[in-house]
Amino acid sequence: MTTVNLPSTLGAEATANSGFLGSVGAWLTTTDHKRIGRLFIGTAALWLLAFVGVASLLGLERIDSKSLTLNEGMMTQLFAASKTLASFGVMVPLMLGISLAVAPIQVGSRAIMFARNAMLGFCLWAIGSSLVVASLIGNGGPGGGNAQMVDLYLLGLALVMLGLLAAAVSVVATVLSARTAGTDLADVPSFAWSSLIGSSSLVLTLPVALGTLIYVAVDHHYTRIAFDANVGIMKWLGWSMSQPQTFLYVIPAIGILAELAPAVARRTQPLRGGVFIGIGLISVALLGSVTQTVHEFAWTGTLIDKAKSFVPYALFNLLPILGVVVVLALALLTLKSDSIKMIAPFIPAFLGGGMILTAMLGNAVQLISSANLAGTVFEEGALVYISYGTVLVAWSAIAFWGPSLWGRMLPAKAVAGIGALGFVATVLAALPMYIAGFADQQADSVKDFDYSGPASLWNAVSTAGHALFALCVIAAIATAVKSFATGERVAGNPWIDGGAQ
Amino acid sequence: MTAAADRVLPAGPVTAARHPLFIATGAVVAAGTMLMFGMLAVWFKFRDASPLRVGRNNKMIHDWLPADLKIPEVATNTLAITMVIAAIMGQWAVYSATRKDAQHTTLALFITGVIGVAAVNAQVAIYKQMGAVLADGPYQTMFYAITGTMLVLICTGIAFSLVAAFRVLGGRIADRAVVTAHAMYWYFLSTAFISLWFVVYVQK
Repeated sequence: MTTVNLPSTLGAEATANSGFLGSVGAWLTTTDHKRIGRLFIGTAALWLLAFVGVASLLGLERIDSKSLTLNEGMMTQLFAASKTLASFGVMVPLMLGISLAVAPIQVGSRAIMFARNAMLGFCLWAIGSSLVVASLIGNGGPGGGNAQMVDLYLLGLALVMLGLLAAAVSVVATVLSARTAGTDLADVPSFAWSSLIGSSSLVLTLPVALGTLIYVAVDHHYTRIAFDANVGIMKWLGWSMSQPQTFLYVIPAIGILAELAPAVARRTQPLRGGVFIGIGLISVALLGSVTQTVHEFAWTGTLIDKAKSFVPYALFNLLPILGVVVVLALALLTLKSDSIKMIAPFIPAFLGGGMILTAMLGNAVQLISSANLAGTVFEEGALVYISYGTVLVAWSAIAFWGPSLWGRMLPAKAVAGIGALGFVATVLAALPMYIAGFADQQADSVKDFDYSGPASLWNAVSTAGHALFALCVIAAIATAVKSFATGERVAGNPWIDGGAQ
Repeated sequence: MTAAADRVLPAGPVTAARHPLFIATGAVVAAGTMLMFGMLAVWFKFRDASPLRVGRNNKMIHDWLPADLKIPEVATNTLAITMVIAAIMGQWAVYSATRKDAQHTTLALFITGVIGVAAVNAQVAIYKQMGAVLADGPYQTMFYAITGTMLVLICTGIAFSLVAAFRVLGGRIADRAVVTAHAMYWYFLSTAFISLWFVVYVQK
């Protein structure tokens, strides 16, 4: 079946002729893949602001562990909001939005396959994520005190997952079926490949979470026995918002890094196959996450016991790291070129990629049982590293493909500056959590933790990091809105054609 | 148009996508498989965690199915056979479409849809015969959750059959992709239901 889409220029004419309502209508009924991608990216940016705000509030409360500024009952909702928004409000929709906007262009297709399905996916996700946030504000969500709001949270989360699944199916179908005639799957650009792998991983893992969600929702609405009612939500669904599942959400981010290195080196990637294998290796994490079990490595018992514990641990947690290391190493290998010319978008991509790798390494350390990091803020640090790292890479992608999507460019200095500042903010926000984790600071708690060491200092530094990241996000949004609305129009892509540095 | 624009080469031809519907349905089938098997995995987890009791032939069995609930075996077995027949009807539609036989293709698609309705009817009959109350305990909750999800998937299959049938009825017999994708979806429904039937209704 062939999907016929109106060219985006027709939508622009309709927008110009029919005022504000017409413009909103044109956006909400669009079948233009660039617009759908931009809708995902724009809405995810708003949830990103909410996520960073929540993280800053939680950090602020942790500075003085003896007293609380906010209501203690709100803390459960804030922690749930932080985890839910990081995964389903920021990481997945940002990466999926960029995939929807860019992947069809890369494979030589004029349109995304099943564009209305992708648009339906956006609507479901936007409505679902709004319901999730509304329910959390109304004392719902995991551990929430209002039963109806807990039900609303579960409904919202189901809509979010269905929406993301619908959009992921469109990406998979586009890369697999709409390539230019004669283009083999091995010939597609690295980002298109990573979009395919990332979206396929979503298609294979989100339904498992959805199935569990159905059980939890039915149980919560009727009996509240089998799945521990509101407190059981994170126990049963927490895996979908933590590592290694989040590795799957950021696969396209690694593809962006692999895509930008040859653009800097001004030559083709000499080992494309290696890059593809590296990206594919990250998806091994899906085998671990769908088991819904934490695969810890325990250095106890006989040699066979150790081996039994090590093999699944290594398979599901170390192999994805190997994938990222391979891609990073090959990116650096490409940079060994005489024609190298640094472009601004590469800076946040490289730094963000490093943050993602740090999160993966942190997760590997956390799952060594003798490190005693389970139940500490160490895991929170890993989530901050991976989510903020993904945002940095997304910023670089928006800058790099901006000319193709908006027809205008972001200023190089702003791209590099915000990227570098965002990197500093990420380290400030997440590294103290790693250190406090070793000092045994309890996770999901803002008070009564007492350990030897400057607890207030770690939490103050982390809060400053979140606040700085919030400023970076605001600066990035302001720069993007200004540049893409009123900036100078450009033809082609000056980052690739050599016109910009 | 400017003179420069006149010199620009026109856009290339629209790329003909290769089997997009079949590939997208494949992705949906993969998602559906993960959904059902994920739910069955949680079912196994709960069943294994239930206490042991002495069953028939003095064998120790898990006390998972409440003693007051009886599985209506005739209805469940009939439903399982019905689902297999639906998949066969889906394949008949593909066979007919390959031969450009619009009459038989439409007939096969409508029969598939009707069999789907029969499956929904059978499932409702099973609910009535069992008389399980959803709020009575973990078994009942999970039973309704997993069979209800299967029911929703079957309803989407019925909708797919109707859409495919009306497309063929409207003269689009040459567009075999819909019929092939439809058959694949019903193969998935059939396989998913047989798995559910074996775990929930046979193994109990």
